[in-house]
Amino acid sequence: MAGLFTIDFTTALLFGAVTAGIPLLLAGLGEQISEKAGVLNIGIEGMMLFGAYTGFLVAFKSGSIWLGFLGGAGGGAAVALLMAIFCVWLGMNQIVIGIALTLGAEGLTALLHHFQFSRTYPRLDSIETLPLPLISEIPVLGRALFDHHPLVYLAVLLAFFLVWLFRRTYIGLNLQAAGDKPAALDAAGVDVYVTRTCAVLATGALAGIGGAYLANVGAGLFLPFMTNGAGFIGIVLAMLARGQPLWVLLGATLFGVSLALTTALQVAGLNIPTDVVQMLPFAMVMVVLVLFARHSYLPPALGLPYVRGER
Amino acid sequence: MTAQAASALQDEAPKPAVHAGLATAVRVLIPIVLALLVGAVVIFALGKDPLTYYGYVMRRGLLSPTGVQATITRMAPLLMISAGLIVAFRAGIWNLGVDGQFLLAAVVTAALAPALIDVVPGWLMILICLVVATLVGAAWSVVPAFLKARYGVNEIITTLMMTFLGIGLANVLVKIPFNDPTTTVPQTATLAVEDRLPRLFDTTIHSGVLIAIAAVLLVHLMMTRTAFGLKLQIVGANPRAAVHAGLNVSRLTFATFALSAGLVGLGGAIEVLGVWGTVRADWNPAFGLLVVPLVFLARFHGVAVIGFVLFFAVLMIGGESASRRLGVPTDFVLLLVGLLMVFLALVEYLDHRRRQATQA
Amino acid sequence: MTDRDHAVVPAVAVAGITKRFPGVVANDDISLTFNPGEIHVLLGENGAGKSTLIGILAGMQQPDAGEIRVGDRAVRLASPRDSLDRGIGTVFQHVLLVQSLTVVENLMLGGPWSSRLDRTSALARFRELCQVLAVTLDPDAQVGRLSLGEQQQVEIIRALWHGGRVLILDEPTSMLTPAGVRELGLVMARLRDQGVAIIFITHKLKEAYEFGDRISVLRLGRTVGEITKERLSAMSEQEATDEVIRLMFGPTATSEQGEADTMAHEGRRRRRTVVVDRAQPPFLLVRDLSIETRPGESALIDVSFDVWPGEILGIAGVDGNGQKQLAEALAGQRRTASGTVALRNTEITHLSVAARRELGLRYITDERLGEGTVAAHSVSTNLFLKEIGKPPFWWRGITRWDRIHSAARNKIATHDIRTPSERTPIGRLSGGNIQKSLLARELSTESGVVIFNKPTYGLDLHNIRSARARIRQGADAGLATIVISTELDELVELCDRIGVMYQGRLSGIVDNVEGAEIQIGLLMTGAEAA
Repeated sequence: MAGLFTIDFTTALLFGAVTAGIPLLLAGLGEQISEKAGVLNIGIEGMMLFGAYTGFLVAFKSGSIWLGFLGGAGGGAAVALLMAIFCVWLGMNQIVIGIALTLGAEGLTALLHHFQFSRTYPRLDSIETLPLPLISEIPVLGRALFDHHPLVYLAVLLAFFLVWLFRRTYIGLNLQAAGDKPAALDAAGVDVYVTRTCAVLATGALAGIGGAYLANVGAGLFLPFMTNGAGFIGIVLAMLARGQPLWVLLGATLFGVSLALTTALQVAGLNIPTDVVQMLPFAMVMVVLVLFARHSYLPPALGLPYVRGER
Repeated sequence: MTAQAASALQDEAPKPAVHAGLATAVRVLIPIVLALLVGAVVIFALGKDPLTYYGYVMRRGLLSPTGVQATITRMAPLLMISAGLIVAFRAGIWNLGVDGQFLLAAVVTAALAPALIDVVPGWLMILICLVVATLVGAAWSVVPAFLKARYGVNEIITTLMMTFLGIGLANVLVKIPFNDPTTTVPQTATLAVEDRLPRLFDTTIHSGVLIAIAAVLLVHLMMTRTAFGLKLQIVGANPRAAVHAGLNVSRLTFATFALSAGLVGLGGAIEVLGVWGTVRADWNPAFGLLVVPLVFLARFHGVAVIGFVLFFAVLMIGGESASRRLGVPTDFVLLLVGLLMVFLALVEYLDHRRRQATQA
Repeated sequence: MTDRDHAVVPAVAVAGITKRFPGVVANDDISLTFNPGEIHVLLGENGAGKSTLIGILAGMQQPDAGEIRVGDRAVRLASPRDSLDRGIGTVFQHVLLVQSLTVVENLMLGGPWSSRLDRTSALARFRELCQVLAVTLDPDAQVGRLSLGEQQQVEIIRALWHGGRVLILDEPTSMLTPAGVRELGLVMARLRDQGVAIIFITHKLKEAYEFGDRISVLRLGRTVGEITKERLSAMSEQEATDEVIRLMFGPTATSEQGEADTMAHEGRRRRRTVVVDRAQPPFLLVRDLSIETRPGESALIDVSFDVWPGEILGIAGVDGNGQKQLAEALAGQRRTASGTVALRNTEITHLSVAARRELGLRYITDERLGEGTVAAHSVSTNLFLKEIGKPPFWWRGITRWDRIHSAARNKIATHDIRTPSERTPIGRLSGGNIQKSLLARELSTESGVVIFNKPTYGLDLHNIRSARARIRQGADAGLATIVISTELDELVELCDRIGVMYQGRLSGIVDNVEGAEIQIGLLMTGAEAA
């Protein structure tokens, strides 16, 4: 096995890990915002997938990758808007609606793909990267970690930004209150519905960008069901991170490495079924849960619709 | 109000029963009609004729002899999963790990059946397979059950994780230990058609469908007519009240998970023993999330579930034919289910609002 | 009204406020004026419409009709924000603070969302208000770790945060010690003297007289009368009581009858006919009972006491000092860490809830909807919730719904539970009827020890009266009875002995004789029993 980890291999592996980890990071951070505000956003898989579709469509039609990400954000937010209307404003069951939105997005994007792309399978041109000055020259790591599409750096910065947002701004306080004791937020004169709606929309936009990254940068094309559970992994990451964005970053890295390992091992022609490697992060998380379950924490009002005057 | 007045009011209680039945039917039909309507708009927007499509789906899914047989055959796994979900949802447990439980049980069955058939009589082989598959399904829920019962860890996350793990494990099992070296594609050894679940009469429908229908009805009776079912319902409706009432919540939680996942696992065995006779690598029908809306639509009611599963199986089978013939992919069914669920929730909400308003 | 009243511009005035809820008119044409520099008491029993009126003033609810004036302008309070912006601050009956945030973070909630947290000026304002109220609080303490009294201080600070023209306090004394109540009185007086209009809501006559400059009486959603400042200051407590009773129950009412009696004589000792024979062995024996605690809740440490048949033992204390934990540990809902509990010489320390119930132990929880009942299930199911699986209602695990429903009809009749049908979801019943259902479920011939946790909390006078009567009847029939309550008056009225919980310990048990209140008050603040 030692011979396998050549410099090229390691670089490719880490590069792949970043590419695979970014959509998970964006989904996980997005989900964290919703959960902080008390909305368990099961529909994030659908938001990601729809974002992947709209992101690819916009990028393909406009030729601009950045407009593509914007399109992805818009697509994700559009699905999230439905979630907000049904779950925040009308107080319906978040899990039921989340599953419905995921199924609906899967069906709709597969249909659209069938009618728009299934004959030609259009691809985007390969994406230009932005090597960071100096540090991208570091051997092995430089190419692997610091020579990516700019969105990658932005996504990592976002994790740190969220740390600041949660701790140091009124928005952070509002989000926490909305998930912990919505009535207290209401009494303080902040609209719980607006707060939660904004949180859900932010989740949708981030998940959508994550999906768009998956399509535009990761694959270069859109395929039905291409998110393949990435949104659900995002939910898991957010729940395990207990409100700490940097834990999401760590978790996304972990999952990214294992996903990249799957491809890398295939390339290396090793005879381990990819499924084994793919299972690793899930197995690891389950072990962590079994060992440290007593420390898990979720906002008290998570999953509960807020109705003024009810306790 | 005195006791007399109370009993007078109570005499009025049966009167709205017919009315209530009608209201329930309307509540269920409206979302279906709305979903089909919006679906029609989508088909139209994609340049196809919705009427032709729906007509074709009906003909191939319900009205043609081969279609209706395929539809009924398809109901078996869906009904078994429904039975499992009814138990879980009524007990307030979100078992979203159905696919992993289903697939693992299916793979183990597919490996076990061809191996056993040379050793034991056919009926015993089938019996052993059904029991083992049930146990495998149940076993796959032990960890989430433990985490939920002991530490209150949200089962949505744990069952999702276990489903990813289960799908992966199932694939590994098919590819390595259970792989049939005589085939090019990785798959398990195949059970000969004559050794599978017996067919009903002269049809292609296998007898597993009967097991599935019985399972749903038994689950329904269990939930509504037994102490055990009532206990599960209490735990589901208000876990703290269950503790207060002296119920052993953690034991009931384990029982719920085991029963739910066991039924799902049994469904996996029935699908393999009745239809496929083998499992190929990367085979995953992913019925799990699809059945969730149906169970909700039926409000966890066993008899109603059978109707919705039939409706859905028609859409699936008809849709599969239509995709070949009319070029509308089967994924359209996913969209319909999504719409159905959203409209169902909406109708429930409006109904709730209306009832609140009339109470005043 | 006197001329002097006209001279002052009211801080807030409501006119013709009407608010309907499904099945009930919560506020029926209410008109009231609240002046600056005055403590205006709104007095009424539970369900009189006080909380609805507060909700409307706080911007939480919209009236169906009527006008609200702040200062000399008619306003619409469409949201809590509107209310806060006009200087109306509210301290709600239940703590509305985010437990996971610190004191100062809670106070900063609702700040301008587009900017960064402004801790410096928030701290300055916090210190200023601490000084006004003469309280000391750590601004960086997590709210979840503060005592309820301290949390209430935080709430008062928050209510005054935006200027403090009007301060509304909804039943603020229910979670305070007698000393805490006195302190609150001082804080209110200080704020009044600075010109704040204080609206003080209570259902206790004594507090109304003690703190109020002016008393308005509400009943069934209407204002039934007012005692003006001038008249009130000239009255003795007895005169004020009689006047309120007349306002509430009509001109011929005397304080010795029916609900008026319950209202007026909160805390009067009722002579019990049964004499407890302490030469007999106690029915329930608790020795050094401690439990494992979860983070953020009160402990239960080395609690010991006995209860004899026919005796009523009260457990007093400020909410959150381990009373709930004690009740749950006795009922078997919590694992015992150390110590023993015995029932009639049988040790039950490690028995389950069901096994303890089998032996005659009954627990009537304070959370009627939270854990006492399953709201969406029928009254029938709830009446037999603790007997699931047992004959004659279950035969080999199979439910015999016909028997359950007919037995439920009997219980509904004998316990006067007002419900449309035995199949009605219990959550639709009123609090009083839910409580009657719980009593019907728990009090039967097989009971031996009964634990009541806040048995009259949130009930109206009629139901308070009947619940207390039931407790007394049970004890007279020989039940060993424990009553946990935060209402000292209730315990004084009912009990033979009263124990006090403080920080998870039973800090003492006193005989309920004349003057016991003083000692109990001391014990509630942690002083050891003499």
